[in-house]
Amino acid sequence: MTKTYRFTCIVCPLGCSIEVRVEDGKVIGVTGHTCPRGQEWAVEEATNPKRVIMSVVRVKDGALPTVSVKTAEPVPKELIPELMKFLAELKLEAPVEIGEVVAEWNGIKIVATRGA
Amino acid sequence: MFPGIPMLNYDVVVIGGGPAGMAAAVRAKELGLNVLLLDENDYLGGILPQCIHPGFGLHYFREELTGPEFAARLAKRLVELGVEYRTAARVMEIRNYSDLEKVVIFTSPSGAYQAWAKAVIYAAGARERHAFEIGIVGDRVAGIYTAGEAQTLMDIYGVMPGREVVIVGSGDVGLIMARRFALEGAKVKAVIELMPYPGGLARNVMILRDFEIPLYLSHKVVEVRGRGRVERVKVVKVDENLNEIPGSEFWIEADTLIISAGLVPSVKKLTAIGVEIDPSTGGPVVNDRLETSVPGVFVAGNALLINDLVDYVAEQGELAAEGAKEFIENGGIGSRKWIGVEKGENVRLLAPHRLSGERDVYLYLRVARPMEDVELRIPEAGKRVKLSLATPAEMLRVKLKAEEIRDAEKLTVEVVRE
Repeated sequence: MTKTYRFTCIVCPLGCSIEVRVEDGKVIGVTGHTCPRGQEWAVEEATNPKRVIMSVVRVKDGALPTVSVKTAEPVPKELIPELMKFLAELKLEAPVEIGEVVAEWNGIKIVATRGA
Repeated sequence: MFPGIPMLNYDVVVIGGGPAGMAAAVRAKELGLNVLLLDENDYLGGILPQCIHPGFGLHYFREELTGPEFAARLAKRLVELGVEYRTAARVMEIRNYSDLEKVVIFTSPSGAYQAWAKAVIYAAGARERHAFEIGIVGDRVAGIYTAGEAQTLMDIYGVMPGREVVIVGSGDVGLIMARRFALEGAKVKAVIELMPYPGGLARNVMILRDFEIPLYLSHKVVEVRGRGRVERVKVVKVDENLNEIPGSEFWIEADTLIISAGLVPSVKKLTAIGVEIDPSTGGPVVNDRLETSVPGVFVAGNALLINDLVDYVAEQGELAAEGAKEFIENGGIGSRKWIGVEKGENVRLLAPHRLSGERDVYLYLRVARPMEDVELRIPEAGKRVKLSLATPAEMLRVKLKAEEIRDAEKLTVEVVRE
C-alpha cells in the first residue's frame, strides 16, 4: 500500500512542490525538493505532522477577558482537537505575565503570549 | 486656538498606537523629541494583540513572535523611555496652521484637548473592506462580520461569532481566520476566492489542507439570505474577466459570513487637511522621509500602504520619526531636487513616490499579477534583482543606495521576465 503525499514546501519562500511516497509507514522516496531542509520537512509532514497551536484562554479579573497562548512545542496533528477542548475548559486568574507557563497538557507546556 | 480646551505642547504627536505608531514614538523619543502618542483603543498595540498567530518580528526582532508578543516588546520600550501616551483618545481633527504649527484635537475620558506640535506622524492603520463594498446583496441579517471583527470577538473577548462559516477571500487574513474557526470547533464550509489563485502565502494555504476546507477559486459570494441571522449564501462562478457566469450559481448553508476582502488605508483625517492621495495605494503620496504633501505631516504603516509584514510597518514608523526630527531641526525637509519614481510593467503600486537621492531608501511595491522567474529592474539606477516568484500577496522591498540614484532624473520600477 503506497501513499503519495504532495506538498508545497513552506520552509522558505521558494515553495518547491515536493512528493513523498510512503509504503507501510516507511518513506520510500522524496522528489521535487531543492534542499535538505525541504526534504526533512516533507518527510516529517508525511509521517508525523505537527503544529504549534495558538489559542486564547479565559482569564478572571484581567484587563481583557482572555489571554492568548501558544504551545511551547509542536503538537501531533491528531491530538489538536483534544488540546483545544482542554484549552476551552481552562480558566486562569490575573495576573498573568507574558511568557508565563499557565498550564501543561500531556507534557506540553502552554505559554501565555499576552499578559493580563 | 480653541478657548476653553486645555492646551498641550509637544514636538511631535503620533496618531495611532499600533506597531507603526509605537515604533515612531519610541524612535522620536530616542532622538530627543518631546512626543505624545494617541490611540483610540483601550489598549496599545493596534490589531497586534488579536493576531495571536506566529510569523511576526523575523526581521525587526530577528526571532519569530506572535502578534501580542511583538506589541508587548514595543510597548515595554515605550514605557521604559517614558513616552507619554494616551489610550481611549479619539482624534477629532488635525489642523495645519503653518509648517511648524499643527494642532491635534482629541477627546478622551478626562475631556477634550488640543495638542500643539511641530510635526505629526499619522499611523492610524487601515480599515477592512466590508460586504457592501464587494457587491453582496440580500437580507440585512446578523452574522456578517469582517475578518477583523471576528478576530476581535474571538481572540480579545473570547466570543464565538458563529458555528457554520463561509469566508470570502483567501488572503492571509481569511486563511488565518479559517484556521481559528476550525480550531475552535466551527465548521468552515468554504473559502471563496474571486481570483484564479489563492491570495495567501503557501504556509497559510496549507491551513485548508490541515482542516479539509474547500477552496473555491474564481468564485464570488453575491447574496445573503436569512431571517434575522444568516442562513445561506449564494455563490457564483466568474470567468477570466471576473464576470459572473450565468447558471453557475449555488447556495451554501451557513450561519456566518466572514468578509476578508482586503484593507484600505485610513486617510480621512489627512485628506481633510489637503494631503495628496495615490489612488493605487490608497495612501498618501510621500517622499523618502515618508512626509506627505503637507509639510511636517508624516505617515507610516498601513495608513501609507497595505503591508503584509509588521516588520516593515515598524521600520516605516522609525523612518517617519527620523523625518520628523529632521523637519523640526531644519524647519522643513529640503532637497536640491526630487526624483520621481514611476510604476513600470507589472508594478501595481509603490511607495515612496519621490526620492531626494541624498539617502539610502527602501522602495515598497506590489506586482499586478503572479509571475515566476522574473527580474525587478530599475534601469536608471542599474538595479536588477532576480526573483523566483513575485505575487500580489507579497510586498517586495528593495533597498536603493544614495549613490545608485543620486544622478537620476526619474526612476522606473518594473518586474519583467528574464
